[in-house]
Amino acid sequence: MNNVVSTDILSVAIIGNPNAGKSSLFNALTGMRQKVANYPGVTVEKKEGRILLNDGSEVTLIDLPGIYSLTANSPDEIIAVNALFGLIEDTPQPDVVICVVDATNIERNLYLVSQIIDYHIPTVVALNMMDIAEQQGISINEKKLSEELGIPVIPTVANKAIGIEELKSAIIQKSYRANTRRWKLPPALDTEWDELQKMLQKEYDFSEPRALHEAMILLSSSGNLDEYRSRFQNNIIEHVSKVHQKLEFLGIDCQSAFIEARYEWIKKICEQTVRSPKQKNVSFSDKLDRILTHKFWGFAIFLMLMALMFQAIFSWATVPMDYINSGFDWLGVQITHILPAGDLQHLLVNGILGGVGAVVAFLPQILFLFLFLGLLEDTGYMARAAFIMDRVMRKVGLHGKSFIPLLSSFACAIPAIMATRTIENRKDRLVTMLVAPLMSCSARLPVYTLLIGAFIPHRMILGFFSLPGLTMIGLYLFGMIVALLMAWLFKKTLLTGDTPAFIMELPAYKMPSLRSVLLQMWERSMLFLKRAGTFILGVSIILWFLATYPKTDQGSSADQLEHSFAGQTGHIIEPLIKPLGFDWKIGIGLIASLLQREVFVSTMGTIYNIKDTDHNEGLLSLRQHLEQDADPVTGKPTFTILTAICLMVYYALAMQCFSTVAVMKRETNGWKWPFFQLAYMTGLAYTTTFIVYRIGLWIMQI
Amino acid sequence: MPTDTLIMPKQSLHETKLPLTLDALRPGNYAVIEKLDGSSVKIRQRLLEMGLTRGTSLQVIRFAPLGDPIEIAVRGYRLSLRKEEASSVVVRKLSEPV
Repeated sequence: MNNVVSTDILSVAIIGNPNAGKSSLFNALTGMRQKVANYPGVTVEKKEGRILLNDGSEVTLIDLPGIYSLTANSPDEIIAVNALFGLIEDTPQPDVVICVVDATNIERNLYLVSQIIDYHIPTVVALNMMDIAEQQGISINEKKLSEELGIPVIPTVANKAIGIEELKSAIIQKSYRANTRRWKLPPALDTEWDELQKMLQKEYDFSEPRALHEAMILLSSSGNLDEYRSRFQNNIIEHVSKVHQKLEFLGIDCQSAFIEARYEWIKKICEQTVRSPKQKNVSFSDKLDRILTHKFWGFAIFLMLMALMFQAIFSWATVPMDYINSGFDWLGVQITHILPAGDLQHLLVNGILGGVGAVVAFLPQILFLFLFLGLLEDTGYMARAAFIMDRVMRKVGLHGKSFIPLLSSFACAIPAIMATRTIENRKDRLVTMLVAPLMSCSARLPVYTLLIGAFIPHRMILGFFSLPGLTMIGLYLFGMIVALLMAWLFKKTLLTGDTPAFIMELPAYKMPSLRSVLLQMWERSMLFLKRAGTFILGVSIILWFLATYPKTDQGSSADQLEHSFAGQTGHIIEPLIKPLGFDWKIGIGLIASLLQREVFVSTMGTIYNIKDTDHNEGLLSLRQHLEQDADPVTGKPTFTILTAICLMVYYALAMQCFSTVAVMKRETNGWKWPFFQLAYMTGLAYTTTFIVYRIGLWIMQI
Repeated sequence: MPTDTLIMPKQSLHETKLPLTLDALRPGNYAVIEKLDGSSVKIRQRLLEMGLTRGTSLQVIRFAPLGDPIEIAVRGYRLSLRKEEASSVVVRKLSEPV
């Protein structure tokens, strides 16, 4: 035996309702020692960490998805159930479960506890947010609660790390071993449950708790039994069907009987252990909601928050961006001093620094965006956004919950597509995933910023809003409106179905935990940087190569670029993009950014830097290059305001992101939907840009 | 008027036949849940599990700015649901909290 491990506990799982403070508790228990991955086959996030127990042993802590129940309707619930029964590859069956319970919302939170203790897994209740409960005048007799539940109850305040040591001690004791069910079903149903459990154990080699669980699911699903035909043999289904008929005759509603019995038991426990103030004061949360969900002010504040977010991204972030830009410029100058002129220097300065620097410079904007979304989520405002917007979303056949993934899609379509897993209805989830990449993500920002900065005149409107800022908001609105139109179209044609149910908790507002918001912002931004650092580095080098070779002996660098592989490809596709008002240089940019849209900026950077090496003008910013670029034959500027607008429209609608395709493939388990998405978005972008270009030309003629 | 007296009993007869459902309540109203029906098995399961079981008391807090969904207080927390789902919750109106 290993002498370090003194207990037989190897892994602990943490489970609880959404908004119960599960993440805070996970952070408090593990510190920074955690890694984030996905459960195999699905994109339900799997967080794992290590905790040092009080006896010196170190165990794995697994974070299970936030759920209300174990009846397995959503992917999150299925994962949680399978994890509890040890049915997931690479995830050990937990030896102990910590169930996080929100002390201010104990009745509904105990429902999940009542399900978990059915399965005889040693469980500890972390009675969380005790400080807020105290503020609200709620007092809970933990000792009595522990007696009634039959498992340890540890009061905690996770975001202040209170109760963590006591929780660790309770884990070691692993004390819950009760075998009697404490809540009472109608006797006839109880007998049937028992019998069905035994049948399943015999037929399927299920463990006792698992058979108990499956029997409950089968019995609860009267009227819905056909759904289980693929999982269970006919004789089982027929048996259950007969039981349903029999119990219905006795006046027992199987579905509600289980739930009512649990809640009745919980109600009794709460009457004995929880004391709430008789005269309920209007809570702070309520006062806030009177304004934030007000008919007029609710929308006004919502729009202002969105405007503030974009103002921050577009204006405030430019200060650190300028620093990053000048830092990369300085680095480029240093390299030209150290290295002799030649291909290597050229590659480093123009290929690598130019390419990567252009993308890293957008990190401040991404940080701002993730900070905002994190704060909205952590304060509880996100749920209100869904509450306010549900009516609008329903107009296009979607759910208020679709609003949150679509809003996150402003940051990046990848987490947004992953966030759609909270939508239980498959068709609605698919529609949301299909239109999510139409929302202008942060990768489009570099493209927008570059083009707006160069071509949209800096004029003030109404003394406060700048024309560039308004153009930016306009582009975001454009993407949003097209996304909603497409969602409506998909719901009407491809994925017809009823508008899904909207049953959502509105958690009390709380002060955001700055630590977890910042941690999340950091993790996500680093993920972006990693992509910029590896993927774009590779693309930059390949592009530099394509734009530099084969070499010509004579002529200017413009001739050289035109002669290169990249120039040749650009020329090949030029007839195809000419109707959109794009020339071969933009063609190079479009091809290079097929995998990732932000590469457009670094490609343009590479293309124009390379052209510039003949002249000794120093490093002109890319914006100036674009403005000054002229057609070598006619002398007219290549880039006009119309070209810029067409390009922005194209980028607003085109897919141009390989990571999204990959995520779609994984989420939909096949290539059908990602290819469909790629095709419809490219077609939509091409057609719309063509129309915009034609209208633009027409207007300019008048 | 004779026509009025003819219509009046008809209306009240009609009202007693139609059960009162959650979506018909006004903000501030208190009620007790009598039963859940009409909705799909899965939606019913979700509503029950969120605590909307028979005999549970609730209060309607507000309607969303565009008139739908509804926010209710039940079992000490706040739940929002659409009028459509709320119309499957049969309730008995109370004059004051339990």
